[in-house]
Parts: sequence; structure tokens; C-alpha cells
Amino acid sequence: MSFPWANHYAPKHSLTKWLDERLPLPRLVYNAVGAGYPVPRNLNYFWNFGVLSGAALGIQIVTGIILAMHYAANAGVAFDSVEHIMRDVNSGWMLRYAHATGASFFFIVVYLHIFRGLFYGSYKAPREMVWLLGLVIFLLMMATAFMGYVLPWGQMSFWGAKVITGLFSAIPVVGTPIQTWLLGGFAPDNAALNRFFSLHYLLPFVIAGVIVLHIWALHIPGSSNPTGIEVKGPQDTVPFHPYYTAKDGFGLGVFLILYCLVLFYAPNYLGHPDNYIPANPLSTPAHIVPEWYFWPFYAILRAFTVDFILPAKLWGVLAMFGSILLLFFLPWLDKSPVRSGNYRPAFKKFFWLLVIDVLILGYCGGSPAEEPFVMISQLAAAYYFAHFLIILPIVSRMERPLPLPNSITEAVLEGKSGATLSTSTQG
Amino acid sequence: MATLEHTDMPGEDTGDGVRRRDFINIAAVSFAGAGAATVLLPLINQMNPSADVLALASIEVDLSAIKEGQAIKTIFRKQPLFVRHLTAAEIAAADKVDPSSLRDPQTLEQRTVGGHKQWLITMGVCTHLGCVPLGAGEGEIKGEFGGYFCPCHGSVYDTAARIRKGPAPKNLEVPKYAFKSDTVVQVG
Repeated sequence: MSFPWANHYAPKHSLTKWLDERLPLPRLVYNAVGAGYPVPRNLNYFWNFGVLSGAALGIQIVTGIILAMHYAANAGVAFDSVEHIMRDVNSGWMLRYAHATGASFFFIVVYLHIFRGLFYGSYKAPREMVWLLGLVIFLLMMATAFMGYVLPWGQMSFWGAKVITGLFSAIPVVGTPIQTWLLGGFAPDNAALNRFFSLHYLLPFVIAGVIVLHIWALHIPGSSNPTGIEVKGPQDTVPFHPYYTAKDGFGLGVFLILYCLVLFYAPNYLGHPDNYIPANPLSTPAHIVPEWYFWPFYAILRAFTVDFILPAKLWGVLAMFGSILLLFFLPWLDKSPVRSGNYRPAFKKFFWLLVIDVLILGYCGGSPAEEPFVMISQLAAAYYFAHFLIILPIVSRMERPLPLPNSITEAVLEGKSGATLSTSTQG
Repeated sequence: MATLEHTDMPGEDTGDGVRRRDFINIAAVSFAGAGAATVLLPLINQMNPSADVLALASIEVDLSAIKEGQAIKTIFRKQPLFVRHLTAAEIAAADKVDPSSLRDPQTLEQRTVGGHKQWLITMGVCTHLGCVPLGAGEGEIKGEFGGYFCPCHGSVYDTAARIRKGPAPKNLEVPKYAFKSDTVVQVG
């Protein structure tokens, strides 16, 4: 693990020496996120988002544990207990808004983290396991966020639970029994609310565990960098601490400013007003939408309207899960030996098309299920799959990449560190 | 040392046949595995509907107050149940359709009980993703086929609550029910 020139942990104080011989925890931290971890010297600000994701998880765990001290997971009182948090509990409004806004910001930084990985080819060998574990974290996040949104037991909570568990009823033969099993009843009720609360409390700690594996897998080859070329010697790296702790600290400050702006000035902007109406099993809100971070996937789910061999509903569900499972195969779909998009002129153009495509899917997913949004999401969903299954394998085979610098240091000294996310073909 | 080599059972190191230790190994692991699987069963089964949820799985509905052309929403298994008193025109409209042209081919007869064709009793749960369709309440949109309309993803049902348009794969579910008298039905 790590490079031979990494700084070595040498405790000076007798107490730290005593501890190092019995439980070398400071040594572990020093080697993982301290001066003992050499990192490429040319990382740009896109490399901040891993640390920011970790910080967002930290905010969610702290605010979540406190909210659980005041919340009651019972269908009869859940809605009122959330209002009790908002009105009666000291600073309760702030903690709840911090948790709700925190979920959105967690997804914002994670999406940017994934964006970074996609553009700079961070998923390629030897870092496939880092990518795969990241996707596991993403799936766990989605499950956690969904179950958390059910807890306030408002209209959107209730109907969200109904629609999402309804996805499983699309499975032939065993679908409806599975839905009943997941809900512990024939519709969302107390049993469902209780188990969602239990799992919503558990999963963040599972995520924290997978993050440990994610970082462990990352530290075997070490961090990638904007040029995508390997570290060749000590001149290519700087110690994580103090160089990147400082840079990440700056990024964290910017993140917290933006987070607080939304938290204190527009806490409900990313939410939905219907969720302030208590759950009513007899009346569906006119326009059910999930939270914004699920919109692209929701658009893919709704894109299938015609039965073709299988029922349209099953196609929608398969395509939605498929759109994420597809990413697990990405390291083997993109065969280009060049990692960074900065040196791949054709890839770069298609990459930006994909980004636009996902934004269009997101917009359609948040819109009502009517024309022209249905047709646009059909085209956009088709392009999404075409990008990964057709365009990417062909581009990675046909493309002639730009010449790579000889080393990270050379790139830095020539001012072509790849640190900018350039849109020109000059790299 | 020589004595130790002879403590093994005869045939153990000959290489053919089942070794005693392998057998014990497999037997022990299988036993523990079967035990673990047995313990897993209640851990999975506890998530199924509990007895109090199942206890609410049967209801009686009084039909005497529902006028022709009217419909009511009630609750069956914590889900909405639509009870609709069809008009003669609505029955005619449903009968006019050729069932073979439908996505989920069924006639109105198959969806009601004999002698009570005017009583259409269905779940108020869209077969797409489980929203409550509109059309049972006073003044709600009934959709272009005069039955029910689901606002979530635009599924349209006709006067026999059969799927006619939109993403839903099936007709609205008809629960098991029986007439206890001319005006009382037991559902479930």
C-alpha cells in the first residue's frame, strides 16, 4: 500500500509511543488521511467531492440521531411528532431543515463526485473496485433517502412508499407477495413506517462501513489525477496532510456556505408542499414526484408506455434498475487505455452529451406524465443506454487520443496539468 | 513420534474413499447451515402482514344508500374500495366493447356477480403503481371512457373499470365478495 517514499509515522511523545505499540490508531489515520499518504500534486477542485460527501454523511448522521430522539415512528403520531420537532423542540426546526437540506446536498456532492469519476476515467484499472464500491454506496444512499422521505408520513411520504414498493409488484408471479412482504400489509401503514425507520437508522452506518472499504481500495493504487497518468516518482506527489487537508478544508468552507444559504433562506425550496399534508390513503396527490435527486431515474421508469413481449410496467422497472446496474460494467465497457477525458477529443464530446441527456431526463422526471415530456424522456432514456452500450465501446476503440505528457511533474511545469476541465480539444 | 503416526484410523491416508474427518466436517457444517436457515425463516417471515393487519381483511358494505350512477369509496385492507352503481347507459357502454380488443380481456359479466350486473365492486388501486384513480367521488374526472382516471401516470379505465389507455397493465382488481342479501355485500 502507498508509495515507498511515503512519510513514516514516528511518534515522539511517550504517550503516543505507548499507544502506537498497543493500538496503532494514530498510525492508521496518519497513513490514511495524514502526511503518510502521498497524493498526486496536480489534483483540481473536482477532487474535493469525496471529502465533501463524507462531511455530508457526517452532518446527516449527527442531525439524524438527534431527530430520532424526538420523532415517533408510529403512523398515528409520526406527522404530529415532526410538527412537534418544528414548533416545540428547541432548535428543532433547524435540525430538521439541516437534515432535509443535508440530504439534497449529500446528493449534489455525490453526483459531482460521480461526474468527476466519469470524466477523468477514475473507474478504469486499477481502480475498478473503488468505482464498484462507490456504486454500492450510491445504491445504499438511494434506499436510505427514500425511506427517510417516508418518515414524516405526509402525502408525498405515503404515496412515495406506495409507488416505490409498487415497483416490485411488476415482477411476474411473486411481485405482489413481495410488495406485501416489504410493507407488512396491503398498503403502507404502521408496519411499513416502523421498518423503514429501523432501516433508515441502520443504513447510514452501513454506508460508513462501505466508505471505509472504498477508501481502502483507493489507497492500494493511490488517487488518480486530472492527467490520468500514473505517479512515477516522489516529485509527482505531495503528502495528503497538510496540502490536501488544507485544500479540502477550503472546499468544505465553500460547501458549508452554500448549504447554509439554502438551509436558512430556502429550506423548503427542494422539498414538496404536499408533504405538509398528513398521509391520506384515500386520496392521491394530483402530481406525485420523488425528490429531485431521483428525477432522472423516475423519467426512465415512466418512459415505457407500450407492452412489448413484457408488460410496459415491467420494462420501466427493469430499465430504471438497469440504468444504475449498467454503471457496474463501465470499467469493462470503456476499453480506452487513456483515462482522462482531457486527452480524449471524441469521448469528451459524447461525455458532455450524456451530461445534457441526464439533465433532460431529470427535467422530464420532475414534470407531469404528459406530452411532450413522455416522448422526450423516451428519447433521452434511449440515448442514455446507447451512450454506455454502443457509443462508449465504439469510441474507445476508434478514437485517437491526444499525446499524453511524460509525467505529472512535466504536465504541471508546462502548465498542462489537466487541472482545468477544458472543453477545447487541445487538452 | 512413531506412535503418533499410528493414531490415525486405518484407510485415512490411502487417498481413496471418504475420509472420516471430511465426513465429520461436512456433517457439522451442514447441520449448522440447516440450523441457520431455520433461524432465518422467522426473521424473514416477521415482515409479512401481522395478525391484526389480517384481521381487518374482511368487511361488509351496505349498498342501500347508493343511488344509480353513484359510487362510494370505502376502505378494504387499508386500501380504497370503489363500489359503483352502474346506470343502464354505462352497462350498455361496457357491453358494447369487444373484449378481445382489450389489454386485459374481460366482460362486465366476468367482473360482476350473476344477477347483480349493476354493482361494480373494485379496488380503488391503479394497477400501474398503486395510486387512487379519480371518478368515484362526486365531481371527479372520470376519464374519456366514463369510468376512472388515474392522475399519476394517466391510466384510463372504462365503466367496467377495465384498462383502456395508459401504462397500467391490468383492469382494476375485483376482490372476492358475495351478496349476503340484496343490499349487503361481504368483501374479503
